[in-house]
Amino acid sequence: MLRTVVTRLAGAAVMAVLATLVIFLIANTVPGDPVLAQLGDIAASNPATVAEWRAKWGLDLPLWEQYLIFLRGLAQGDLGTSIASQRPVLEDIAQYAPATVELASIAFLLALGIGIPLGIAAAVWRDSWVDAAARVVSLIGVSSPTFWLAFIMLAIFYGGLQIAPGPGRLDPIAFPPDEVTGFFLVDTLLAGDWEGFRDAAAHLVLPSIVLAAATIGLITRTTRAAMLEAMGQDYVRVSRAKGMRERYTILRHVLPNALIPVVTLGGLAYANLLAGAVMTETVFSWPGLGRYTFRSAAALDFPAIMGITLVVSVTYLLVNLLVDLSYAMLDPRVRR
Amino acid sequence: MSTPTLEVEDLRTVFLTDAGAVRAVDGVSFTVGAGETLGIVGESGSGKSVTALSLMRLLEEPARIAGGSIRFQGRDLLAMRPEELRALRGDRMAMVFQDPMTGLNPVIRILRQLTEPMVGHGRFAAPEARRRAVGLLVRMGITAPERSILRFPHEFSGGMRQRVMLAMGFANDPALLIADEPTTALDVTIQAQILDLLRQLNAEFGTAILLISHDLSVIGSVCRRVAVMYAGEVVEEAVTEAVLADPRHPYAWALVNAVPRIDQPLGADRRLVSIEGAPPDALNLPQGCRFAPRCPFKVERCEREHPPLAEVAPGRLARCWVTQAGQVLPKAGGAGLGGVRPPPPPAAEPLLAVRGLVKHFPLPRESFFAPRRVVHAVNGIDLDVARGETLGIVGESGCGKSTLARLVTRIHAPTAGSIVFGGQEIAGASPAAIRPLRRRMQMVFQDPYASLNPRMTIGDTLAEPLVAHGLARRGVEVRDRVGGLLEMVGLNPAWVSRFPHEFSGGQRQRISIARALALEPEMIVADEPISALDVNIQAQILNLMLDLQQRMGLTYLFIAHDLAVVRHLCDRVVVLYLGKVMESAPAEALFARPLHPYTGVLISAVPEPGRQRVLLQGEPPSTLAPPRGCPFRGRCPIAQPVCETMPPLAEAEAGRWVACHFPGGFSHAGLGA
Amino acid sequence: MSASIALPAPRSRRARLWRRYGLAGIGAGIVLAWVLIAVFAPWVAPYPPDFVDVANRLKPPSALHWLGTDALGRDCFSRLLFGARISLLAGISVVALGAAFGTLVGMVGAYARGFVDAALMRLTDLVLCFPPIILALAIAAALGIGTTNTIIAMLVVWWPKFARLARALALVQRSQDYVEAAVVLGLKPARILGRHIVPNAVGPLVVLVTLDIGNAIITFAGLSFLGLGVVPPTAEWGAMVAEGRELVEQWWVATFPGLAILSIVLGFNFLGDGIRDWLDPKARSR
Repeated sequence: MLRTVVTRLAGAAVMAVLATLVIFLIANTVPGDPVLAQLGDIAASNPATVAEWRAKWGLDLPLWEQYLIFLRGLAQGDLGTSIASQRPVLEDIAQYAPATVELASIAFLLALGIGIPLGIAAAVWRDSWVDAAARVVSLIGVSSPTFWLAFIMLAIFYGGLQIAPGPGRLDPIAFPPDEVTGFFLVDTLLAGDWEGFRDAAAHLVLPSIVLAAATIGLITRTTRAAMLEAMGQDYVRVSRAKGMRERYTILRHVLPNALIPVVTLGGLAYANLLAGAVMTETVFSWPGLGRYTFRSAAALDFPAIMGITLVVSVTYLLVNLLVDLSYAMLDPRVRR
Repeated sequence: MSTPTLEVEDLRTVFLTDAGAVRAVDGVSFTVGAGETLGIVGESGSGKSVTALSLMRLLEEPARIAGGSIRFQGRDLLAMRPEELRALRGDRMAMVFQDPMTGLNPVIRILRQLTEPMVGHGRFAAPEARRRAVGLLVRMGITAPERSILRFPHEFSGGMRQRVMLAMGFANDPALLIADEPTTALDVTIQAQILDLLRQLNAEFGTAILLISHDLSVIGSVCRRVAVMYAGEVVEEAVTEAVLADPRHPYAWALVNAVPRIDQPLGADRRLVSIEGAPPDALNLPQGCRFAPRCPFKVERCEREHPPLAEVAPGRLARCWVTQAGQVLPKAGGAGLGGVRPPPPPAAEPLLAVRGLVKHFPLPRESFFAPRRVVHAVNGIDLDVARGETLGIVGESGCGKSTLARLVTRIHAPTAGSIVFGGQEIAGASPAAIRPLRRRMQMVFQDPYASLNPRMTIGDTLAEPLVAHGLARRGVEVRDRVGGLLEMVGLNPAWVSRFPHEFSGGQRQRISIARALALEPEMIVADEPISALDVNIQAQILNLMLDLQQRMGLTYLFIAHDLAVVRHLCDRVVVLYLGKVMESAPAEALFARPLHPYTGVLISAVPEPGRQRVLLQGEPPSTLAPPRGCPFRGRCPIAQPVCETMPPLAEAEAGRWVACHFPGGFSHAGLGA
Repeated sequence: MSASIALPAPRSRRARLWRRYGLAGIGAGIVLAWVLIAVFAPWVAPYPPDFVDVANRLKPPSALHWLGTDALGRDCFSRLLFGARISLLAGISVVALGAAFGTLVGMVGAYARGFVDAALMRLTDLVLCFPPIILALAIAAALGIGTTNTIIAMLVVWWPKFARLARALALVQRSQDYVEAAVVLGLKPARILGRHIVPNAVGPLVVLVTLDIGNAIITFAGLSFLGLGVVPPTAEWGAMVAEGRELVEQWWVATFPGLAILSIVLGFNFLGDGIRDWLDPKARSR
C-alpha cells in the first residue's frame, strides 16, 4: 500500500512538471508581441528601450532558460502578476478559491446524494417507471448547457416566482462574515451568525443545483450501468443460493462492486465541477475562480489565465491521485 | 422408509421468449433419498442446469416453472412463499456453481462470505461461525485457514476457490448439496482432488448430493446413480456403473462410446462412435422420440410415438421403444467403421524441430517506478515432429502449451531458442520472410466462437487465404475451391453466404478446419480443438481429423488437456509442466508405464469409476516466479535434495525421454495397464 | 401447482422495437431536422440573421417575429436557424478531427507497442491531466477569438479520449483468435488491420463519436458564451444566450437558443444510446 502511494505520488509529480512545461509553451505561443502590449507604441519604436526591457524580463534569453526562470518563480509561489488587477496572480487565486470550493463541494455532495441512489433504484427496478424517470433526469442533466440552465433557474425562481435569492454569495446589503476559512457556511457558523448562515445557504441552492446537473446525470448513468453489471455476476446468484435476503445481496454484494467505477467518475467529476464553475459563476455573479477566469479570458489577461490553468491542473492531478488511492481501498485486487 | 430428501415429479420449466415458450425441462422426475448421490448428465442445452436452478427456485427471467412438483423433505417447494424458500436455501439445501473464479465476491473477505449464511440463517453467532468457518476450510483441505480466511478471493487459485465454495455449501450442514459442473473449470489433478472431497463429504456428513456434469466419468466417480438428460427429458436412469458398462438408451450409448476411455485397449481403428446431427430445436420438438432423428437404432414406431420412461430391466429405466422391446445395444469398439491408420513412415529429418525454446512475457508495469514482472510461459522446450505423425502435447493450465502453439506458428516471437520448420529456421525470421512458409503450417483454435471473424461470411473467410497466396483467381475458381473445402469437412457448400453466428460450435470448428486446409498445409497445429465442444461433437471432429490425416498425409501437433483423447489420437506424447518438457514418449508406452512421476500422477487423476488414484497435493507454482531446479519437485511424491538441480531431458529407454533424476522411480498399483 | 398454467403472451414485435429503438429514432429525427435547417437556413429564415432594426428591439414573440427580437432588434428566430450552422459545424468538426487523430494515435501505439506506445500514452495522459474546459479556454484565449481558433483549441483537448479507447479496442482485437488466425494464414498487416481489426473495433468508437458530438456542441457554445467562440455579430447559440443573460424580463432572447442546444444534444444522446444498444449483442437478445 505504501509503495502504491509513493509510486503514484512520484508519477503525479512528473506529470505536474510536464504540465508546467505545456503551460509555459502555450503562454509563449501567444500571438502579438508582449513588448508592444506592455510598453506602448512610442517606447516600442526605440530599439534601445526595447532591448533593455527585454533584458529586464529575460525575454532575450533562450526559451529553455526562460522556462527555468519560470520554474524558479513557481517554486517561490510566483505565478506572475495579473494585468487586470495588477496584483500577484496567486493572491487573486487565494482570494477567489474558497467561494468556488464551497460551491463545487456542495454541488458534488448534491450530485452524489442524488445520482447514486437514483442509479441504484433505476437498476434494481429496471424497466419500471423509476428507471424511466432516472433516464429522463440524467439525459436532461447531461444535455443542458450549464450557462443556459443557470439563466433559466434565475429567471424562474428569482425573476418569476421570487422564491430564491438573486445572484451573489450573500444579500447585497448583508456584511460578509469575518474571514476564517473563506467558506461562508463555515465562517457564519463560527461567528454564530445564524441569519448570515441562512442567507449564504439560500444563495447556494440555485447555483449548486445548476452546477451539479450534468454530474447528477453522469453519476446516475454510471451507477445504473455498474449496478446492472454487478447484478449479472455469479456471486450475486451465489448469495441468493446461500439464502441471503435480497436487500442484503444488493447492499452488501452488488453495491460495493458497483461503487468502484463510480468512485473513478466521482473524482473526475469533482475536478470538472471546479472547472465547470466558470459558466455557473459567471451567470450567478459568484465571486469565485470561475468568474475570475472568465474575466481574465475576456481581458486576455495571460498571466492570470496561465496561473489558473496551472493551479486547477495541479488540483486535478491531486484529485486523480486520491481517486487512484481510494480505488485501492475499495478494490482489493488493486492493493498490493 | 423415511421421506426422501428430494422428490421431483413431472417438472416443467419454460423460457418465455419472443419466438414462443421454450420447454427447457419437460417432464423430469427423479428421487434422491437421504444421503444418496445422484448424477445428471447431458450435453449443453439438455436442461440439466435449468433443472438444478428450478430445484433451488433460483430461475431468472424469462425462465419459469410451468408445472410439476418438487418436494424437499416432504415439503412442497412450489407452494412456498419467498421467505420460506429463502430460509431453506443455503441452509437445508445448498448449491455450488461451475465457475469458482466468478462465484466469489472479489471485494469481500473469504471470512464474511463463509460466515454470512451461518449467521444469516441464525444457526451460529458470529464468533462461533468464524470458528466453524476455519474448521470447514481445514476439512476442505486448505492450509493455514486462520490466515486464508482473512484474504480476498483473487489471492486464491481456482482449485482453492472451489474448496471455499464447497465450504460455503456445507456451512449449515445441509441435507442436500446441488453441484453444477463443479470441476469443469479446473485442471485434471485439481478436479481429482475436488471429486475426492465430494465423495468423502457425502460419506462423512451423510449429505445427499446431486451432481450435474457433462462428463459421465466425473459422475461415475462420485454418484451411485445417474439420470441421462436429452432435450429436456430424462432418457435413462440407473446405477452409474451399469450405464457405463451397458447403456440402455441409444443416446446414453452414444455418450458412453463417444469418449475414449483411458484404460480401454487401443485398437488399430481409432475412430470413435459419433452420432450425426444436433439436438432438436426446443421450439419445434419431434412428435415421436426426441432422439429418433439422430438414432442409429430407430424403428418405425420411434418417429411416430413418444416413448415413456419405463423399466427395461430391474432397477433400470429407459425412454426407448427399442430397448423396451428387449433389444440389446451393440458393444462399442467401432464396429465396422473402418479406417485403419498406417504407422507414420520413419522420416530422416523431422518436419518441425524445436530446440531450447523460451518465451517470457513482460507484464505492463504497475506504475512508472514499479519493478517489471515477467511471466515465464515457456522455459526451454525441445521437441521433434516427424512428417505424418501426430504429436500430442499435454499439461495443465499454465504449462505453456498454448504459448508453444503460438510460438511454432510464429504468432509470437520467441525470447530464445530455435524453430526449424521444413529445414528453415523461423525463430527469428521477419513476418514477411515467414509468409510463404505459412502455406505449409496452419492452426486450428480452441474456441470456435472466437476464431471466426463475426463480420465475414464463411465464403469470404475461406476465400481470403486462397486469394492472398494467389492459389486461385477470384470468381468461379475461388468459389469452386471454397465449395470443395466445405464438402471436405462435411458442410453444405450452399452455406457460403452465411455468417458464423448462424452455425453451431461443432460446425464452426469444421469451418476453422476448412480454413486451415485451404492452403493445403503439411502440418496443422491444433490448440485444444475439441475442448469447447460437447462429447458427441468432439467425436465428430476427432473422426474428421483422422480422416483428413489419412487422406492428405497431414502432420498434427495436437494440444490437449484430455489425456484419454491424446492417448487415443496421438503417436507420441510430450508432457509439459511449467514450460518445460517432463517426458516425451510413444503414446502407448507412456500411458502404460509413465517414467516421470508427474506423468504418473496426471494419468492417475483422470476420473474413471473404480480406479485407484494418486492424489497430488497442492497446485502448480506461479509462472511469475518459477522455482529453481525441477519445477515439479514441490509437489513430487519422490522428490530428493538432488532435485534442486534441474535434471536434463535424457533418453531413458529407446525413444523415451525423461527429465527426472529417478525415471520410473514412482510406481503405483493403480497405474499402468 | 397444476400442469396447465397460463403463460403470458410475449410482447408484440412492434412494441419491442419501439421500446428498444424508439428513442434512437426520435434522436435521429431531431438530428436530421437540425441538419436540414442548417443547410437550408438562408431559404427558411424570414430575415437575414444580422438585420438590425433598433426600432423593434426586444419585442416579445409575435406573428412577425416568432421568437421575438433581441437588443438590436434582430429576429431571434432567424438567428436561431442560422445558429444551427455554427453549432453543427463546430461539434462535428471537433469530434471528427479529434476522433480521427486520436484513433490514429491509439491504433499506432497498440500496433507498435514498446517505446512508441509508451511515449504516445504519456502524451495522452499529459493532456488528460488538464481540465478540458480550462485548457481549451487558455488556448482559445492565446490564439485569439474566432470560430477556427476555438475549434483548434477544442481539438487539442479532445483527441485523448479517442486515443485511449482506440488503443484499448485495438489491444483487445490483437489477441482475438480470428486475428491470430489471419496472421497464421499469412495475410498482410494492412489487410489484417482493414478487414479483421477495424471492422470489429469501430462499434464503440461510433458510439463515442455520436455521444460526443453533443458534448462538443455544448462546450463550443460554452466558450462562445464566455466570449471566446465566434466574432460578433455571428449568430451562435452560446453567444445568443450570453446576449440575453441579463434580460430576465425579455426571457425569450436567452431561452430559445438554450432550448435549441438542449434539443440537438438530446438528439445525439438518444442516437448514441440507440447505436450502443444495437451493437451490444447482450442487450439485443433481450
